Parts: sequence; structure tokens; C-alpha cells
Amino acid sequence: MTAHDRPRISLLGTTALLFEAPGTFDLPHQRRIWALAATASKWPGIREAIPGITNLMLTFETPPRELESLIAALNDGWDEARERGIGGREITLPVTYGGEIGSSLQAVADYTGLSVDDVVSIHAAPLYTVFALGSHPGYCYLGGMDPRISMPRRQTPLQRSAGGSVSIGGSQTGVSASPGPSGWHAIGHTTWKFFDPSRAIPAALAPGDTIRFEIERVLP
Amino acid sequence: MIEILTVLGPTSVQDLGRLDQYRFGVGTSGAMDDIALRAGNIMLANDENAAGIEIPMMPFKLRFRQDMAFALTGAEVEAEIGGRSILPWWRSQARAGDILSLKAMPRGARSYLTVSGGIDVPMVLGSRSTQFRGEFGGFHGRPLQPGDMLPCSTPNPAAGIGELGIEPADIILARSHVPADDTLVRVVIAGEYEAFDGATQELFWRSSWKITPQSNRYGYRLQGPAVKPISPIEKRSHGIVPGVIQIPPNGQPIIQMRDAQTSGGYPKIATVIRADLWRVGQAKLGGRLRFEQTAYADALAAEADVSTYLDRLRTDVRLLQELRRCR
Repeated sequence: MTAHDRPRISLLGTTALLFEAPGTFDLPHQRRIWALAATASKWPGIREAIPGITNLMLTFETPPRELESLIAALNDGWDEARERGIGGREITLPVTYGGEIGSSLQAVADYTGLSVDDVVSIHAAPLYTVFALGSHPGYCYLGGMDPRISMPRRQTPLQRSAGGSVSIGGSQTGVSASPGPSGWHAIGHTTWKFFDPSRAIPAALAPGDTIRFEIERVLP
Repeated sequence: MIEILTVLGPTSVQDLGRLDQYRFGVGTSGAMDDIALRAGNIMLANDENAAGIEIPMMPFKLRFRQDMAFALTGAEVEAEIGGRSILPWWRSQARAGDILSLKAMPRGARSYLTVSGGIDVPMVLGSRSTQFRGEFGGFHGRPLQPGDMLPCSTPNPAAGIGELGIEPADIILARSHVPADDTLVRVVIAGEYEAFDGATQELFWRSSWKITPQSNRYGYRLQGPAVKPISPIEKRSHGIVPGVIQIPPNGQPIIQMRDAQTSGGYPKIATVIRADLWRVGQAKLGGRLRFEQTAYADALAAEADVSTYLDRLRTDVRLLQELRRCR
């Protein structure tokens, strides 16, 4: 077995630890991350187990004195993790592509060598799965984007990007739930509400839910 | 009640933070200098998680609408109550109608006002801290404005007995051999440290980083020589916490702070340890910052030093209260 087949485990200071699964960015790997998260969230001293994109962050209630046993538990947990299917709900999100908020649509077309219409239709084609929540309240990372419309993140993050922006960052796509800084390229926007802090489960979507983008308009 | 009269910059209600909502994309928020907030609450016999006001810019002025004990901690400030000078790291008694005025901040970047009983804004998702991005928590999820009337909880009568001063955290927890106006913070190396070659790693450690004006509660953006990995790195998005030092493609480090996003994909070279993150929160814009590598075990020991300082405060304040009660 080579080093590439083994997970990478690294420290985030003394408050958290990051587990990165080996292998590709796909649903089977993500389902194993969901399984590992469900297991690890019950371990003593762990405050939360937060899935990322084929990775998992553990935050500590109290930092462990030594890390070896936790690292071993994560490695074993990954080997034992079976794909955890989550039968989430499916929602349809109408998207206005381009325009002022989606002003990077042309840049993505230029970068990928595709036409604007192709970028839009390729982006709106798949049924995306919510892989993880993160970044800011209610934001969903989606799996299933066609790699033909991948584009590296910005060299310098923008100080402010609009709420509801539909963006591409690397080989990922997602919709921002509120305005804020971003290193991604916005290609459109939606008006859906993703977060309500007055609810005990404040995020409208959860890992395993699916999203279909519906092309409402394409603006220049 | 407290009435805000003059405010500049993003002044906000903060407690120790919202620590367990990451899975919904909700970051910690909370006081940038958590030690200062705790110390203020200890002086007032409050719950240490009671909410206070984080004040990053002077001048700041408020009016107490009722009698209450209060404390100023964190940055060194020039302050007056009812025209009388008061010191930071000091507990004083305000009378209804008194105006508290913070005029200048010669050292440090954030002053904390704590009041007996705490600022009584609603708990949202387990915390009273302001979540700027989500626009909730704190006072209507936004920075304070002139005219805001902040409700306060019932004061603890024990906190009203006399004045009290304590030793500032930055003096007790001072690191030796740090030039004035320079901030030295200890960091534990992070996931992508090895993706930088030896010379670049050396550059990271050796440089004195300038704190740019684009630094705030979201992050401290630093300026210095470009620190770039051997080849460009695009990580899959993963969780990050306050203290993580990301290196965007321009090679200029960003230290994630309390309002940072909960996940990111830029390579991480290191993480400021929890015991030193308050030092970043008190580092002034335009100032200089340097990093010192530390091992995980030493980072835990540094946290123990902070705990010892706070334990001693708790004991001293309690003993003093008992003494005064006996007299």
C-alpha cells in the first residue's frame, strides 16, 4: 500500500484535527465520511465531527493529551466505514446565470474554452448532492459538478460577494447563503433561503439532500 | 440598560463564542481576546461566558441607565466615568446617568466592557455572540450604533463592593525578548507545511509580517515576502478553525480569526495556538507579527499557563470579596 492510499491526518492547532480521506472526490467516498462522522461524533472529548469534501474535521471539547490513540481510531474507523446512504430530500433552485452577481460567468467560459451557454447548461445538468455544510451559516458544498467547468480559486479572495451567489471554486460548486468574502467565481444567483437561526436545526439543507439548478434566465 | 452614545467601527456584543455549530456552517464568533473577557467577568463575579462589549475603535461613549459595577479589560485605554479617570483592568461602580468615555487606546487593539450580570441579549444557537455573516446573535445581529439600548441582567450584589484592579494578562503572560509593537505568537505546523521548501519555510519563520489594514474579526491579512508552495495547491474544502494560517496563491498569509469562514481550501502552513490567539486579537493594524514554531505538547502547556493565570484571578477576587464582607 502506498502513502497515497492512506488517509492524511493533520493538526489544526490545539482545538481541532483534520482527517483527509484518500481517493477521489465522489459520492462513495463522501458516504464513508458521513459514516465516520457519525461514529467519531460519539467519541469522548470530541465536540463535533464536521464533514468536509471527502474529509472530516474533529473539534475538541478538551484537547487530547496525546494524539496517537485518536489517530489510530480514525484510521481504523475509516477502514471500517461503510457507505452511509442518506435518503435526503430533493429541491429545485431557479438560478439567474450571469448578470451583475454572476459576473464571473464570462471568465469561466474564457478559462474553460467553452461558450457561456455551454457553461450554463453543463452547470445546470446534474443532480447535485449536498456533500457537506461549511464556510458560512447554511452554505452547502455540492458534489457532482462536471469537471469541464472547473476553474481554480481566485488568487486573492474578494472582500465581499453577494448572498445567493452560485459559484465555482476548483472542481466544486455551491450557493452562498449570505454576503461575505469569497475566493470563488460567481456565475449566477438564486433567492432561496438557506438558514434560519431561530430553528434548532438552523440550516435548511443537510448532507445527503439533492439540488437541481433550473435555468431561469441567462443575463449578459 | 446601557445607552450607546458614540461608536466607531464594528463594536459588538460578544461572549466566549458559539463553539458547537460548525456542522451548520456557523463559526465560533466570540471575543477576539477571550482572556480579557473572562478576566472582566471574573472581577464582576459573573459567569465567565457572560456577554460583554468588544470595542475596537476610539472614541466610544455610553451612558449607564442604572447603577451597576463594570470593568474594562483588554487593550490599554484612556477612559473616564463621570469626568473621573479610570484604569483598564479595573472594576468600578457606575451610577445611573454616568457617562463612560473611552478616548484613546495607546496599546492593544480591543477593549472589553463587562458589566455585573452581563449584557442580556437573547441566546441564539447557544451563544450571545454577534454572528456578523449570518446577521444573528448579539444585538440584532449587527454592530452597535448610537442610540442602541442594551439590556443588562440582574447585577450580582457581591460585585458592587468597592473597586478592584488586577494584573493585565499581557503583563503576566508576556513573552520575553519581544520588541515593543511586535507580536510574537506560537504556532503548530499544519497540513501543508511540507509543501513549502526549506528556504520558504525559513522565510515564513524569519519574517516580520506587517499587519495590513484589511485585518479584522474575519482574518488578519499579513504582508511580507511571498511564501509559496513548491507547486500550486488546491485543497478540497475542509473545516478550519480560528488561528489557522492560510496561504492564498499570492503568498501572503491570512490568519483566520473569530468570524472566519468555517471551511476553506487554501493551503495551511501553520495554526496559531489557542493560548496565543488573543495576542493576535490585540495586535494593531500596521504593527508587526512574527511566528514561532512550537510542538503540540508545548502548546498544551501554554494553555495551562493561561489557566493558571485565570485560576489565580478567580481565587484572588473571591478572597478579596470575602475579606471585604467580613470587615
